[in-house]
Amino acid sequence: MMDLLGINPVLLIASLMVSATPILLAAIGETVVEKSGVLNLGVEGMMIVGAVVGFITAVNTANPAIGFVTAAIAGALLSTIFATLVLYLKSNQVATGLGLTLVGLGISALLGKPYEGIKSPTLQSLDIPILSDIPIIGHMLFSHDAMVYVSILIVGLVWYTLKYTRVGLVLRAVGENHDAAHALGYKVIHIRFLAIMFGGACSGLGGAYISLVRVPQWTEGMTAGAGWIALAIVVFASWKPWRTLIGAYLFGGITVLQLNLQAAGVAIPVEYLSMSPFLITIAVLVIISARGNQGAPASLGRPFHASN
Amino acid sequence: MKLKSILTSAIAAFALGTAAIAADIKVGFVYVGPVGDGGWTYEHDQGRKAVVEAFGDRVETIYQESVPEGADSERVMTQMALQGADLIFTTSFGYMDPTINVAKKFPNVKFEHATGYKRADNVSTYSARFYEGRAVQGHIAGKMTKTNKIGYIGSFPIPEVIRGINSAYIHAKKVNPDVEFNIVWAYTWFDPAKEADAANALIEQGCDVVLQHTDSTAPQAAAEKAGNVITFGQASDMAEFGPLPRVSSIIDDWGPYYVARTQAVLDGTWTSTDTWDGIGPGMVKIGEISSAVPADIKAEAEALRDALGSGEYHAFTGPLNKQDGTPWLAAGETADDGTLAGMNFYVEGLTGKIPQ
Repeated sequence: MMDLLGINPVLLIASLMVSATPILLAAIGETVVEKSGVLNLGVEGMMIVGAVVGFITAVNTANPAIGFVTAAIAGALLSTIFATLVLYLKSNQVATGLGLTLVGLGISALLGKPYEGIKSPTLQSLDIPILSDIPIIGHMLFSHDAMVYVSILIVGLVWYTLKYTRVGLVLRAVGENHDAAHALGYKVIHIRFLAIMFGGACSGLGGAYISLVRVPQWTEGMTAGAGWIALAIVVFASWKPWRTLIGAYLFGGITVLQLNLQAAGVAIPVEYLSMSPFLITIAVLVIISARGNQGAPASLGRPFHASN
Repeated sequence: MKLKSILTSAIAAFALGTAAIAADIKVGFVYVGPVGDGGWTYEHDQGRKAVVEAFGDRVETIYQESVPEGADSERVMTQMALQGADLIFTTSFGYMDPTINVAKKFPNVKFEHATGYKRADNVSTYSARFYEGRAVQGHIAGKMTKTNKIGYIGSFPIPEVIRGINSAYIHAKKVNPDVEFNIVWAYTWFDPAKEADAANALIEQGCDVVLQHTDSTAPQAAAEKAGNVITFGQASDMAEFGPLPRVSSIIDDWGPYYVARTQAVLDGTWTSTDTWDGIGPGMVKIGEISSAVPADIKAEAEALRDALGSGEYHAFTGPLNKQDGTPWLAAGETADDGTLAGMNFYVEGLTGKIPQ
């Protein structure tokens, strides 16, 4: 097995995919929300609620798959509070999203109290037949738990839907110019409501991945800012689904890489390693913005009222 | 109109309600993580509960969780002081300068800063000699490791953490000359996902013992998932991860100190002090050594604990050299508190550099 600087690249890429999956799930959900013209800053709150609800149901049913399903439902339900406030009551999206994060952190701390220190059933890795037997690549790419592949599948579906389907076209139209979409007879509010719920479900899945696979346990406040990184990755990816995948894997990858380099005792100053994920993010953002059009939906963050 | 009158009466009722339970003094706590972290902040909150238990209605306690170290903590402390807190415990190293700054503005409020070294007339410092517990962990780790590779998750390169690494290494090396330490700096006190990643990185490097100086139980869960790895509870017992991977723990017991300091404020006898207590006075406790540790190793570890507690043995006893080979302590000489409080060097044998 080849070793680079004392690190096994196979294990590195394997742990990179695990480390990036929560932020990838949340980021792809938020991409859809923002494509519909809504900015939901409550990703962190929906993630943590997904983490706690997924954990509670997985423990009680001894079935992590049910945990993921309920986490998605919980995330979607929480997002309906946000959707109702911003779409029907026209509240400020930024303030409401921040509020949603606080609500989510509070609710999750309350719900999770009895579950601290309890062990959860975790997802088994799939070891896809034939593919996982391929030397090196098999262990690297094809021996993960199902959610890693589900997250990539969701990215693919979102990309296909936005790019090639009528539903995707309508969603983008609503996000680019809601007045025009409304004039054409599309139900702007309904479409946005569903997009927000999709975002909530994805965030819930991302949160549950942290509490059921990546850590796996429940600790209060355990998402520790992953939701904010997901929001940054949406911008980093210029609202493009596959770039979200690249962004999440890059960020997750550098984070894991720097920990591995330290563990392997590579003589690179730790300060540089620790700041590297953020430096690279800034560098990419600069390159993207230097190219002009960043691809932000034109109606992003603007409230819609049919009378306008 | 009606709503307004309801609100007014509600506020009046609330004011009356709070007036009725007005306590003699108000004690504030500033926490770096959530009270449910299962480690550091959890134990500080147990200390707060001990205050509630000891004084009942005479003392009102308030606390704020997950306060970032740095400028934001000044806002929280200021707010507590403005709310009428008489005594404020700031429970993380990074609150040091903010505590001093806010204390200047509120000369009548007493402040207590944990693990720092800056004091003022109304600022005390207090800490526990965690390094004594690290000596016991190092002994067990050195005896138990099969790969001779011990992983250590550091939070920030501050004296408190460096002391722990040195103490654990000295005592592991003493019982196992082949032992190596792999140190990862996580640059966080509390981030379960990152702590788990750090533990996994160390385990992938072949470490079969993982020591942590971060606050959550995530590394314990990671070790349990990996199997054949042992860990130690940090700041709190973390007994739920025993008998394996958690084989023992360092438990911080802040309750008696918090009660004594609150009593001092009530009595008007509070003065600025510097407290640094270890196993002897009970501020540091060693959690039960689990059945996964062979009886002879357990007995040795307990003997070490007792010797540290009685003061008959000091965790930093010479001969010891610094990492670069320069002599530090001569044979039989023990480290003075000043050097320990500002410790910014590794002892001989540790590899890697301390980030500056």
